Amino acid sequence: MSLTGAQALIKSLECQGVDVVFGLPGGAILPVYDPLIESSLRHILVRHEQGAGHMAEGFAQATGRPGVAMVTSGPAATNIVTPIANAYMDSTPLVVITGQVAYSTIGTDAFQEIDTVGITRGITKHNELVSDAADIPRIVREAFHIATTGRPGPVLIDFPKDVANQQMDWYWPDQIDLPGYKPNVKGHPRMIREAASMIAAAKKPVIYAGGGILKANASSALYRFAEMTGIPVVTTLMGRGCFPDSHPLCLGMPGMHGNYTAVTAMQESDLLIALGSRFDDRVTGKLDGFAPDAKVIHVDIDPAEMNKVRFADIPIVGDARQVIEELCVAFSRLETDEFARNIEPWLGRVRFWKENYPLHYEPHVSGDRLKPQSVIEALRDSAPDGTILASGVGQHQMWASQYWKFDQPNTWINSGGLGTMGYAVPAAIGAKVGCPDKMVWAVDGDGCFQMTAQELVTAAANDIPVKIAILNNTFLGMVRQWQEMFYDERYSQVYLSPDLPNYVGWAESMGCVGIRVDEPDSVQSAIDKANEIDDRPVVVDFRTDPREKVFPMVPSGHTNWDIEVGPLPEGLPKSSITSINVEGRG
Amino acid sequence: MPTAHDNAVTLSVLVENKAGVLARVSGLFARRGYNIISLAVAPTEDEAFSRITIVYDARSATVEQVVKQLFKLINVIRIDELEEKQAIERELLLATVRAEGNNRGRLMELVQIFEGSIVDVGYNALMVMLAGEPRRLDDFEELLRPFGIEYLQRSGRIALAQLERSAPRLRSVPKSAS
Repeated sequence: MSLTGAQALIKSLECQGVDVVFGLPGGAILPVYDPLIESSLRHILVRHEQGAGHMAEGFAQATGRPGVAMVTSGPAATNIVTPIANAYMDSTPLVVITGQVAYSTIGTDAFQEIDTVGITRGITKHNELVSDAADIPRIVREAFHIATTGRPGPVLIDFPKDVANQQMDWYWPDQIDLPGYKPNVKGHPRMIREAASMIAAAKKPVIYAGGGILKANASSALYRFAEMTGIPVVTTLMGRGCFPDSHPLCLGMPGMHGNYTAVTAMQESDLLIALGSRFDDRVTGKLDGFAPDAKVIHVDIDPAEMNKVRFADIPIVGDARQVIEELCVAFSRLETDEFARNIEPWLGRVRFWKENYPLHYEPHVSGDRLKPQSVIEALRDSAPDGTILASGVGQHQMWASQYWKFDQPNTWINSGGLGTMGYAVPAAIGAKVGCPDKMVWAVDGDGCFQMTAQELVTAAANDIPVKIAILNNTFLGMVRQWQEMFYDERYSQVYLSPDLPNYVGWAESMGCVGIRVDEPDSVQSAIDKANEIDDRPVVVDFRTDPREKVFPMVPSGHTNWDIEVGPLPEGLPKSSITSINVEGRG
Repeated sequence: MPTAHDNAVTLSVLVENKAGVLARVSGLFARRGYNIISLAVAPTEDEAFSRITIVYDARSATVEQVVKQLFKLINVIRIDELEEKQAIERELLLATVRAEGNNRGRLMELVQIFEGSIVDVGYNALMVMLAGEPRRLDDFEELLRPFGIEYLQRSGRIALAQLERSAPRLRSVPKSAS
């Protein structure tokens, strides 16, 4: 069967099991958009190429399957660079297809020519310029294999227009031959046995679970491991939901804005069991003061994560699910009665922190604007089980991560490593496309919303009923918080505006329902109304208090001992926290 | 610029012989802040593969991190760390050196002592060549300097593991090792 390169590309995507492509056509990719008409692929036409990339990411984060985006050359390729970088930082499986000028004209500065492969080399797991139509099925098959196995990540295929028009004899490769790519999934048995013994000897262990748990579908294995050992679990920003927040062993999020218990438990721990996490600087704070007494067992599929930031006493390279299952077996073979007794004081101490230092914010005072945390709590309490929550980047993201209850894996969609403002709206759309039966809320900031809001047109046009809660505090809130705390309240270029744009009017003009909420009394009714609407997107403009700051906070450059908890519940003077810190070091 | 300094680590990297692979490797060094001292690349006995010999400054990153990051590149097949006493290393030097009056004879004498050769002759200068161990080239370069070096080009070192005679001398770092 003779096909054009373009037909071969579409057919390869079908063979690969792709059902949705997010994209926007243009000159160099035109040949591929023609056979798309006859194809079974669903194509979501975005309004900006960045939207296509983030939608594909949201799709991948919600479903665990690779997201696919397709755009043209030049400016389209540069517009999708941010999502590619975002997927690279968060290890999200993505296949991005970019059009390219004809192979014969590459290097001549042709119209809309850009060195896409060169630009994306450092932010893709792999990328490839197609030079011969006969290579297409192989390259597509390899791209999906590379994107989804090992440590997942984005793969880019750059597709010149003349190659798309070239004829080829169709075939589908029955195997993959990548001599330089063999991810190690099975952890070293001796290391696993040693790890089990080290765990059994620990007195103050903490499980430090990251996004790798979700990538490896290891949530249920982690659940068994935690229950079997009784070790408390912190879940990182990328790992939220990999272990249920409602479980008594769950301590919540660690790091710069983590809660007191999670941060301090790691600091005081004598053994960190890092599972699919990478000692990110937002988790560790100042590195040389991070968990100073802890030994480290580090489980990760990426060998380069071992000893990259923190020395691992026991490094185990492998798939998180397989290794955790093996760890369960190895641990169950040990005599662990003594272990259970040994960690009892530690568990008591952790419980004490949990009870005495919960997340807290000052209650609403009449006349003030809404407390953003209370809005998230109200959203959370009204959301059906399994609701997917997306967010942008900034204060609202931290509050969402802190105050939502994540009890299921793959229900938290956010930009962790790159911190891409504007992620929420397109990512929520992608998640809803992947999981049409689940309710999808995005918590967004007013700054973030203005970066990518136009994708709500895409959502309205394609019947993708996502719900957006804007925490409209009229500021670039996180920057404002830093200027308040660390720049003597010298506010520089952080004020936006409450009414410019008119969010309700903007939402309506994009085919969404727009609702504005000023008073605490109307929060619930607005949420109820939004939850009932299922035929179009909804945008709720919550007017929140700009003075509200994210706490706890470890100031940048400080060790995690210097955690500031912010306002405390009644009857607990702040000085008592400090004294506990000091004691804690002993 | 001597290439044989104390913090130099030599890696022999076998890669697929494909477009852009050198850019991937050198780009990785640039992005992660690893300092390259020298780099030589050419196809191997099998045209499908190339061998890149990279000498880099070990003060800029641990060998472990560099090797593991390199392995993440899909086109990298194998990496060997070549420790100096366990590898045969060679480099080529070409230099145009001023050679007037008495200096001409003295320069020719120096080239003879080092068993180098004179590859081009001008009125006021000679072009000299020396192939050999990097440290020898360093010495040669230093002794050329007083004559007045007009142009100098070194090839960057190439290296292969010494042949095994008893215990393995080559420290191989297998792909996806713990």
